[in-house]
Order: sequence, then structure tokens, then C-alpha cells
Amino acid sequence: MEYVSPEGLRLDGRRPMEMRQIRAELGAIAKADGSALFEMGNTKVTAAVYGPREVENKSQQLNDRALVRCEYGMANFSTGDRMRKPKGDRRSTEISLVIRQTLEACIMTHLMPRSQIDVFVQVLQADGGTRSACINAATLALADAGIPMRDLATSCSAGYLNSTPLLDLNYVEDSAGGPDVTVGILSKMDKVTLLQMDGKLPMETFETVMQLAVDGCKAIAKYIREVLQENTKQLEYRRGL
Amino acid sequence: MLQSKSFSRKTKQGKYLKVVREHYLRDDIYCGASICKDKDCKNQETRLNLTTPSSTLLILDTNVVLNQIDLLENPAMDDVVILSVVLNEVKNQNLSVYNRLRALCSNNLRRFFVFSNEHHKDTYIKAMEGESPNDRNDRAIRVATDWYQKHLGASVRVLLLTNDRENKKKATAEGIAAETIEAYVRSLDRPDLLDLVVVRQSSGDVNMEDVEDHRPSKRKAIYTEHKPMSEITSGLHRGIFHQGKLRVNRYNPFEAYVGSESIGDEIIIHGRSNMNRAFDGDIVAVELFPKEQWHDGKSSSIAEDEDEEDEDVHLVPNSSDDAPRNTKVVQEASNGMSSDSSRPTGRVVGIIKRNWQSYCGSLEPMDMPAATGGVAHALFVTKDRRFPKIRIQTRQLDNLLHKRIIVAVDSWDCLSRYPSGHYVRTIGDIGDRETESEVVLIENDIDSRPFSAQVLSCLPPIPWSVSSVDLENPNRQDLRHLRVFSVDPPGCRDIDDALHCTPLPNGHFEVGVHIADVTNFVHPGTPLDDEATQRGTSVYLVERRIDMLPKPLTEDICSLRSDVERLAFSVIWEMTPEAEIISTRYTKSVIKSCAALSYIEAQARMDDSRLMDSLTTDLRNMNALAKIMRLRRIEKGALTLASAEVKFQIDTETHDPLDIGMYQIREANQMVEEFMLAANISVAEKILKHFPVFSLLRRHPSPTKEMLEPLLRTTAALGLGLDVSSSKALADSLDQAVADDPYFNKLIRILATRCMTQAVYFCSGDLTPPEFLHYGLAAALYTHFTSPIRRYADVIVHRLLAAALGIYKLPPIFQDRPQLTSIADNLNYRHRNAQMAGRASVELHTLIYFRNRPTDTEARIVKIRSNGFIVFVPKYGIEGPVYLTSKGDKGGGEWFVDEEHQKVKKMDGSISYSVLQAVKIHMEVVEPQPNRPKLQLTLI
Repeated sequence: MEYVSPEGLRLDGRRPMEMRQIRAELGAIAKADGSALFEMGNTKVTAAVYGPREVENKSQQLNDRALVRCEYGMANFSTGDRMRKPKGDRRSTEISLVIRQTLEACIMTHLMPRSQIDVFVQVLQADGGTRSACINAATLALADAGIPMRDLATSCSAGYLNSTPLLDLNYVEDSAGGPDVTVGILSKMDKVTLLQMDGKLPMETFETVMQLAVDGCKAIAKYIREVLQENTKQLEYRRGL
Repeated sequence: MLQSKSFSRKTKQGKYLKVVREHYLRDDIYCGASICKDKDCKNQETRLNLTTPSSTLLILDTNVVLNQIDLLENPAMDDVVILSVVLNEVKNQNLSVYNRLRALCSNNLRRFFVFSNEHHKDTYIKAMEGESPNDRNDRAIRVATDWYQKHLGASVRVLLLTNDRENKKKATAEGIAAETIEAYVRSLDRPDLLDLVVVRQSSGDVNMEDVEDHRPSKRKAIYTEHKPMSEITSGLHRGIFHQGKLRVNRYNPFEAYVGSESIGDEIIIHGRSNMNRAFDGDIVAVELFPKEQWHDGKSSSIAEDEDEEDEDVHLVPNSSDDAPRNTKVVQEASNGMSSDSSRPTGRVVGIIKRNWQSYCGSLEPMDMPAATGGVAHALFVTKDRRFPKIRIQTRQLDNLLHKRIIVAVDSWDCLSRYPSGHYVRTIGDIGDRETESEVVLIENDIDSRPFSAQVLSCLPPIPWSVSSVDLENPNRQDLRHLRVFSVDPPGCRDIDDALHCTPLPNGHFEVGVHIADVTNFVHPGTPLDDEATQRGTSVYLVERRIDMLPKPLTEDICSLRSDVERLAFSVIWEMTPEAEIISTRYTKSVIKSCAALSYIEAQARMDDSRLMDSLTTDLRNMNALAKIMRLRRIEKGALTLASAEVKFQIDTETHDPLDIGMYQIREANQMVEEFMLAANISVAEKILKHFPVFSLLRRHPSPTKEMLEPLLRTTAALGLGLDVSSSKALADSLDQAVADDPYFNKLIRILATRCMTQAVYFCSGDLTPPEFLHYGLAAALYTHFTSPIRRYADVIVHRLLAAALGIYKLPPIFQDRPQLTSIADNLNYRHRNAQMAGRASVELHTLIYFRNRPTDTEARIVKIRSNGFIVFVPKYGIEGPVYLTSKGDKGGGEWFVDEEHQKVKKMDGSISYSVLQAVKIHMEVVEPQPNRPKLQLTLI
């Protein structure tokens, strides 16, 4: 199968180094302390953050830092075939864990001991790269909730098909079975918080693919920062400052 | 970063899923024309080089590309824009045309440009309500044409070529210049191009003139209509039809086999009417006949075809794949219940996928029509007998009549006995040695073009010599002090192996096999490597060699010539005088060969007892070791098979054969062979240990019962029992098959050889270890390591071995099993074609040799037929039919066949011929039709 044409266009018309259209919106869920909607092309994700609040289950309470909990879920209507999925299957447990670990690395948990932060991410529409979209949405929601963070954690995926490194795989490219690298970084600190790969790649190729994903993360971080600044301006304006 | 301005969504209705995909539209897709004046058009490469102002830019419709690809490949067609919508449609409908089109677009010498209209912001269109996908695509083509015209301005004429009447009408209505392909080619005023135009009459297309038969009602349908696809699919589901690839018998074009997975057996198809217009290689749907018809299918059907051809004289086959498959003629004549009655027969009801290609051949001799220059209809006969005659139209009949030409097939109507096609190009005169050699190459899909500049640029500069960098490389061992020598056929210039043998103080020997280090020069991913992957192997024809690698590499830089320092990849063993391997070591090395011997010279040195120099001693030591190794190998069950290889002596100026004779095998040949086998096996073990799932190995499957059947029948008739239960048993019983006749044993071995399958390359991850067996060599593991100059498989194995030793990293393609499997398949295909081409070349030269030399010689009967027998001529390594009755009266009742004793007898019992009997024959080249010489064998 030809994923990149000799003219240098991918199936959906992007060039190999291009991301899909991204869009973010804050405050999508009014009840939550912080919430966000994040879209990467046809992948659409919401995140809601509650907390910091009192720990529900006292036995889990940590005395030196905050407890971060994360729950990932996919809406039944998020994929083409609508089916009822059991909650807490292997895949979503794994993704929940991955998101939690990425976020823990950027939240300043030591400032909020004996408290709990809940992050709920829900995939409304899936078209590849849900993992990255969830992390980006969660970061925005955390920022919206005003939770102290070291940096913005952003994530992006990249793959390698037809001997070409490709940024931000969509569902068709993702299911091609090639190697698929998901990277999460703290953009200002230049630190990697998440690195996963399916499949195999030779070392040199892996480095170019990963560099591509890191560049993608940085671009997302730039956009997220703009969205946050715009949102702050709006808040200022509403308060009449 | 994101350059798309806007995006729209494209929905595609799948089975029941609604799939939503993004579709980005861009503003950075340019027109590719050199004269473009638009400043936004930042063309990176301008493929469309419109120089003269009157030139035309062509935009093609899908149907034009699909049907007229041969015309497009002609250099006269240039400045063509291929729209991505057309490209996609072509890809979905015919992958082979798509690949040819892609090759055209990437060819730098042609001016073809791919315009991604589907992603361009101005040329993308959405399907309208109620518009079919086809209509939408046609509209997209028109919109793109319009865009081009507006973009380039009035100085250029943008012309839409379409054979779709509706599309042309709409285009004209919208003010777009549109033409049919016929009208366009006509306007070019090039009569030779007109022959390339495919004229196809189907209802929707534009008829340029009515050339179709005027009385369709009077024409009788010769073939049954193919079933519609929906019926075939449901029939396959319910098990009424069986799907498989049709293979036509190479020696009897009226018999074909369909390997069907659903019944797990081959279905036999008798006769052209049952084949129902299927070509060799087509994927077809077959309906089985009821069981009671299974055995009489043949006799009824073959009579319909008027032109049954007789068998040609050909070379002795080297494996079962080359050999004629059926012996049914004999069986059915002798007894009604043949063993074949249990094999299913059937007929083709539909063709799932066509495998039409272009074919080499010549026109059937015919009278010149009175008026020259007009359109003449002619019948084209392919050289390969598996394909039917093809009807073509030509305006240059007198030019083509005595030429070898290439013709492509376009359609096969059920009203027509023969398919119709069109002329593609001329190769040369029939019977001309060069033309016929060219035909051999084309038929076997061998690329004999000179290497491109890109490939040649990968070569190291000439003159090349071993540099200090090579010597200092810690991975490369300096073995220049060793007494290395090579033994090859006389006149060999691509020496890829050399040997050494040094006695050690402890009484053992150090034996080394040094192979040219080709991978030091051919790096993965370079154009040179890609070219070699494609070629797969060097091809040896009688008068020329088609190299896999460019000449400087094969004959100089890699060739292990004497008295020069060369890089090598060495396998070095320590062996006891009993030829037991104590240790094996692999290393890259630098060697300096002290002598490049021919087999004859090496043999002479060993035989000459006066010579006591160190080189001769080495040779003798090696020979002693080789003899023990050979004995041990035979002990294990390796087969000693015989083949009848012939050698020509070629006139250096005219390249005509001067003499012909059997290739003589000496002890020196066997000595070298033995060490090469040992090196291959050692390397196979090493690479498999390191890379259990992606090693490239070579296996030789055990022959099945069916394949050995002809051999057993013949030997049974001679009162000889062969044990075929294992290779060991077969080897032993072959050894025991001796008679008073000194040539008897060799004949039996030759007969056994043709029952074997061919050895094949494979990827070790695809099969289980017991299947790795090499039957003929009785080796559990085998690969090819020793000839990297002429075989690409060896190059891969060199890389694997280097990676196993940690010298280089393994190239990424080897870590991809499907890719390695596809490389192995290509190598098998190329290898087989190279062999076929070599054989065809020998056959061609045999014919040329006997043209002026009618000869009487001795021959052996190898097979009995109802009207004669097949003889084998040992001296020239050929076999062919000898007829007892003339072709007109079949059987005639004068002769009958004794199946049990494999004899053909005269009715009155006065004369009888039995298998393996020696007969005297006369060989002569006759020309039954002008310019079509053939070798005829007659009894004297």
C-alpha cells in the first residue's frame, strides 16, 4: 500500500512533516474545575479536571504530595462500529496509566499534599492518535483548573511508512502496521515524559522519527500556550480589567 | 506548519461502516510547466517542457490510459499531465498499467507530470447530489483541464484526450478542447503510431469509423459467455466454482491446469473451448465436469481445434518444471481407463483477473493484399506456444511480415476465435541471430539495457587498488602471505572464488575459500544495489553475458585475478587429513592470488607426477580432501545427477557456432565444487544461528510420487526396480542401475534429473526447519555464498554474514520478513528466467549450427508415443520427436504401443522400438514455412 505518493502527499493530502488541523477550547464542561476540548483532525477528546480536593479513600492518601488519578474512556459512538465496551479493559487501563504518569511529571504535586486531583478524559471521536490528544486535552484542562504545573506536557505521535517518517498518524496510517512512536515532552524544559513505540525501527531511523515527534509536540505546545493566553485575555476582559 | 487553507470531508460508504476521512486542500501544488508565468507557482521541477509556442499539453482520461498505455510509452507522446484522479482510477482497475504509468512519470527522459488535482484548492470538486462516482471523476478531469488552460494562458493549447463520448460532449459544451485519441494521433501524421492505437468498440465509446464486422447476427458464438462477476462470487462461496491460476502446458497449448485450493488438487482443462478465452497466468473460476466425464474430456475437445502443432526439438530438461508434463497420449491409446481418470477436469466459466501482457512472435505468413498502405488484418503467432494466435490490424503489413514483433492483447470477444490485439514494436528480422537472442531476452523478462549513469556513479574510481584504509580496517585480515589460487572455466573473467590449502604443523590442513567481497562496493539502498536486486542474477547466453553488476566491478575490482591484491570474504577451516572440520572461521580479508588456473590446467598439474612445486602439492592435498568430502556426502545420500550440458565453440567475429560438444567434467571441477558446497553450508549454519527468522537460504524439496512416476514406469519396463523412498535409497539404486551398455547408467540419471523440482531461495522465517532440507545435496541447510558477482542472493548472504560477525549493521530491509520473502521470490523468478534464457539461447545456436550441417548420429529413445517416440541425442544434448507415421494420418493403426514394456510395435510384429534403445537418426534443418526454420529428426 502506498501511504506517501511519489508527489510527496499522504492519503489525506498532507505532506509527511505536517500535522493535522488542531483546535482547542477551554471550559467545555461547566461543572468541572477545569475542562478542555481538543481536536487533532477528526480525533476529538474532552478532558475534565476535579480538584485538588479531599482524598476520597483515606488509605490512598499521600502525606507528601497530591494523589493524581486518571480515567480514560472511549465513547461508544467514537468509532465507526458502535458497540458497548466494558469499562476498564486492558487498553484503556494502560492509556489511563500512561496519561497519569505523564501528568504527574508536570504537576507540582508536592505543593498539594493530602489532596487528590481527578482527570477524566473521554474520546468523542477517534481517528488515530487518541493517546496524544488525551494528554494535550488533559494539560489544557489542568491549566484551566489552575493547578500548578512545571510546564505544559504535550504529546504527538510519528510513524515510519514507505521509508518516510510521518508526523501525526491518522487512523488509516496507524493501522498500516508500521512502527508508531508516541512522544510526550515538557516543551520548555526539553524533557521527555513519555516515549512509546509499537513495532521495530533501526536506531538511526528511530532518532529521526522521534525528533519529528518532538517537533510536533513543540508545535502543539506553542498552540496550547496561545489558546491559554487568549483565554486569559478573555477572562480579563470579562472582569473588566 | 499547517499549510492547508481549508478542508472538507470525504465520506466513503463501506460495507456498512461510515468512514469519515479528512481531505486537505492545498495551495502549494504547482502546474509543472516550464513556461508558467504565474508568480505563485513555485515549480520545483518542471517536467513539462513546452518549448515551441504551438505545442500542446495533453490531459488524459482514464480510459485512454488504460487502453493506450503502449502508445503512451512511445516517445512521440510527451508533455502529458496525469491527474491524480486518473492515477487512482487506473490503480484500482489495472495494477500493471498503473505500474507502467508510474514508471513513465518517474522517467526523466519523458515529459510526464503528475498533477495532484484532488488536493489542489481550485480543482477539487465535491460529488453533486445524485452524481455517480464516475461522472464526478469525469467532471474533475474537465475542471482540471479548464484550470490548466486558464493557468497557462492562451499561448498553450491544453487538450483533453478522451474516448468517452459523454465526457467529450460535455467538455466541448463547456468550452474545453477535447479530442479522441484516434483523432489526435491522426493529426500527428505518424502512420506507425496509428498501429499502436487500440480501437475498441464498446457501446459508450466513440467509434472513429465502422470497422466492425457488419453482420454480427450471422456470426456464431465460438466461446460461451463469461458469467457475471456477481454470479462467480456467489458460485465460489457455494463451492460450485473453484478459483485458481490457470497454467497452460508448455508443450501442449490445448491443455491447462488450474491449481485450486478449494479442492486441493489441480483441475485439468482440455481444449481451447473449455479454457474459454483464458490466458496463461489468469486467475479464473472453474466449474467441474461430472465425474463420469473426467477422462474423456480430451479426445472430444482437441478435435475442435484445427491447428494442432507438433512438438519441437528442444534441449534436455534439467528439472521437472521444464519437462513436458503429460504422457497421456500413450496411456489413452493403450487402455481406456488411464490413471488420469481420477483427476478432475472442468471448464472455465469466468475470468477473475486477466494476466495480459505483450508477447513476442511474428505474423502468420499471408498473401499481400492487393492494395498496400491500407488497413490489413493479420494473425500473429506468439513464439511461446502457450498463447493463442492474436488478431491484429496494421497499416504496415509489408514491413512487419518477416519481422519479430511485439504485440499486446486488448480484448477477446466470445464471437471471435482469436483475441484481438495491437502492434507494439518491431525487434528485427526473423531468423537473425541478434533478433532471436533479443526475443529470448524479452520473453524471459531480462533487462539487457546498459547500466544507467546513476548506477555507474556508484562505482569506485578506476583504476582501483587496495588502499591503506582497507588494510588498517581491524575487521579485515591481511592474508596476502597465503598461497591463494583460483580454478575456473577457461576464459573466465569474473572470478569470484579462490582457494588456499596450507599444511599445519600438527598434520592438519588449513583450507580457505575466499569469495570476492562484493558488498564492500555494493552498499544497500544505492541505485547500484537496487539495480542488482532487480536483475537478480547474471544471464549467460551462448554468445554473450548479461551482467548483474557493471563491468568494472565484475571483471576488475571484484574479480580475484592473479597477482593483484583484492578484497575477499573468507571462510577458513582447520581440517584433519580425513577432511573432518575442526574449526570454522569467517573473516573479511585482503588476498593476493598467485595463479588463476583453468580446470584443464589444474587437472594437468595434478596429473603430471613430475611437478612437485608447492602450488601443485596444494592442489593435490585439496583434491584428496575433496574426494573424502564427496564420498561422505554421497554416503549421506547426495544424488549424483547427470545433465547433458553442451558447449559451443563460437566464431569470434561472426558469433556463429563452429562446434558443439558435451561439456566435460574433470576432477578439478569436482574439487572446487566440493569446497564451494562446504563453504555454503558453513555460512548457512552461521547466519541461521544469528538470524533464525530472516536468513536467506536455499532448499530443494523432495520430489513427490507423481513426479517420479515417469521414471519408475520406464525403469519398470526395463526390469529395474528403483527405490525412491529417500534420497539415499534413490542414490544407491541409481548406482546399482548398470547394464552392459556403458551409457545406460548416465541415461537413467538424466531421466532421474528431470523428475526433480528446482531448488528455490526462501526466507527462513517462512518455513519450519524440516522444510529447509536440500534434497539433492542431502544437506539440512544450504545457501548461496560463493558467487556474489553473478547472483544477488549471495550478496544478501554476504550482508547477513557480515552482520552476524558484527562488521556491518544489518540493513533494515532484512528485518522485514515480508520484504525478504518478496526478494526471495523475485530471485527465484529471475533465476528461473535466466536458466530458461540460457537454454533458449543454446537451442537457438543448435539450430544455427545445424542449418548448414545435416548430420547422422546416434540417439536414444527416452519416451514412447502413439505415432513415434522421443529421442535424446547425447552428443548434442537435445531431444525431439521422431515420427513413425506421417503427420496426416494419426496412428493409422499400423503401430501400436505396449504400455507395460514401453515399446512401440508394428502391427505385424516385424519391427519394434523400446525405450532406451539406440537408434540412428538424421538431423536436418528444414523450413516448412519461409523464415521459420526448425530442426527435424528422422529415422535412418
